[in-house]
Amino acid sequence: MEIFKYIFKRIIQTIPLLIIVSLISFFIIRLSPVDPLAELRLNPSVSQETLQRETQRLGLDKPIIIQYCKWAKSFIKGDLGITSNGEQVSTKLKERIPNTLLLTIVVITVTWLAGIPLGILAALNWKTPFDRILTVLTSIGMAIPSFFFAVLLLIFAVKTGWFPVGGLTGANFADMSILEQIKDITHHLFLPVLVLFTISLAGLQRQMRANMLDVLDSDYIKFARAKGLSETKVIYKHALRNAINPLITLLGFEFAGLLSGAALTEYVFQYPGLGRLILEAVLKSDINLVMASLMMGAIMLILGNLIADILLIITDPRIRIKS
Amino acid sequence: MKEIIKQLLRDKFARLALIVLGSIYLALFFADFLAPYTKDFSDRTMAYVPPSKIFTIDENGKLSRPYTYNYIREFNQESLEMRYKLDRSKKYYLKFFSQGQPYKFLGIIPMKYHLVCVEPDGRLFLLGTDINGRDVFSRLLFGGRISMTIGFLALFVLFPIGLLYGGISGYFGGKIDNIMMRFAEAVMSIPSFYLLIILASILPSGMTSIQRFILIVIILALIGWASFARVVRGMVLSIKNQEFVMAAKSIGQSELGIIIKHILPQTTSFVIVAMTLSVPSYILSESGLSFLGLGIQQPDASWGNMLKEAQEFTNIIYRPWLLTPGFLIFVAVLAFNLIGDTIRDVLDPKSRVR
Repeated sequence: MEIFKYIFKRIIQTIPLLIIVSLISFFIIRLSPVDPLAELRLNPSVSQETLQRETQRLGLDKPIIIQYCKWAKSFIKGDLGITSNGEQVSTKLKERIPNTLLLTIVVITVTWLAGIPLGILAALNWKTPFDRILTVLTSIGMAIPSFFFAVLLLIFAVKTGWFPVGGLTGANFADMSILEQIKDITHHLFLPVLVLFTISLAGLQRQMRANMLDVLDSDYIKFARAKGLSETKVIYKHALRNAINPLITLLGFEFAGLLSGAALTEYVFQYPGLGRLILEAVLKSDINLVMASLMMGAIMLILGNLIADILLIITDPRIRIKS
Repeated sequence: MKEIIKQLLRDKFARLALIVLGSIYLALFFADFLAPYTKDFSDRTMAYVPPSKIFTIDENGKLSRPYTYNYIREFNQESLEMRYKLDRSKKYYLKFFSQGQPYKFLGIIPMKYHLVCVEPDGRLFLLGTDINGRDVFSRLLFGGRISMTIGFLALFVLFPIGLLYGGISGYFGGKIDNIMMRFAEAVMSIPSFYLLIILASILPSGMTSIQRFILIVIILALIGWASFARVVRGMVLSIKNQEFVMAAKSIGQSELGIIIKHILPQTTSFVIVAMTLSVPSYILSESGLSFLGLGIQQPDASWGNMLKEAQEFTNIIYRPWLLTPGFLIFVAVLAFNLIGDTIRDVLDPKSRVR
């Protein structure tokens, strides 16, 4: 029961955060000298009525505080307005958010599957050539600019023809069987995932290695060894569990970093995700779309941190006792 | 501090990184002299020319002074392509330490000498040219000046803000602390790259390049201050109850005075470390921003905006020399990271990166 109380408390804490985020984003965007409806006005396919409705909805003729309240009200209701093409912002977001989530979740999974074992191996072989080579490799991975790496991989894809360039699905995706569809998506995801994986692996692997080294030095590991436990048991039963725990906090940060890093990667690979959407929206100064995707990005980030925190509350009893 | 420098010099990787960074900054400082051309020199007839070939053995098989040929454009009727071919009719000898295009060293002293030039009418493009027929090698040097300093400048804007914000928040505590930290957390909750491109996109268009540069610096600083302020606050919380703070209070020092004069100086070593550790991320942010066309704008060069041309398939496949800025970013970031790792190891024996 205690656990639920803490989780509930933690969820309540995100509400003021969301309000401040929305205030910040709203004022940044309203500070810009751009007329929020300029694109709409220029688009002949958008009727005068729609324009009128948008002016009404945004309260553009009223002071900025009222504008914010109006915007917040319609945001909570789920009415995000229309893009400069006259499409509903919400449908556009519904299209893109799952794609970005798919990309980030796949990357996080792959990074953890590779980073944890590599971290353990590096710690167990501390200061051996294996450890050093791994450190050098991860340093290199960390230093490549994501967009540059993406461009290099694109050259590779174009020259070899092994990978499709751009998009998430092939041309005749709708006609494929489920199995083929999964294969097609995997094929398209491979390069973007590779870019983000290379960049985020270093952080996780190093953290795991450091935690493991820390834990291996501790008294209870010495005790377990003194007791005569086998080395596998000492490492995989006693050390590993304690070393992984702090990484859960990292999960939240990783999610944040990926959302940012993914934007450039999505842009280079023409991947239909939230990052590319916001970029296109920014370049077209499509205010409704920018505002909505900025909020969505923030909500995703806050939720990511929330999930990490809840996981930590569940796995680490010390946190419950402290608070 | 001395200990850190000693360790840096002792460590193999860190020493190499220091040498690399040192030579990069030295080259950037003397960019005007090292570059065969000035930043704005362009030869419109010479777009996308491949790197000049330098010969030291002439057609008779004899050793000669280094010379180069110009390229001429040729239209291939069969493949319908523009090709560049070496024009072997006239040799142009390289001239070292000779007079070339005039420039102002350090922006003041007018000079004409370049490390290497070519005879009049000859063209020396060590790394080819871009779409406007500008020398990529020269622009790499001038662009590096922006790319490699913008991170530091952003840090110099960001650190005072973060220090003061964290200092005030930690020192006063209570409600002020609560509100200030919620605000900082909110800034951190917006994916930083999203915030970056939005801030960059609302910059008005008709700005001079210096104004734009300054605003980009400020924007980069706006992204990073929050997380830094949080750490400072944590440190201030542990410092503020020490005796010397009480002493300052008892002699009637103002509260802001206590924060600035007595508490914040205690965090110096942390600040220096945090600075070296975060330089690479600012270099990457700037290059990403310029790559998208939202950062430093043409005709100014930065490594990021030079890579903008690499967005086109034809460019990356047929004109690989346009990718050189990417390798330089990589080398610079790698060097900064290696130094950062060593510093972290020195200060925190637990970190054991190496």
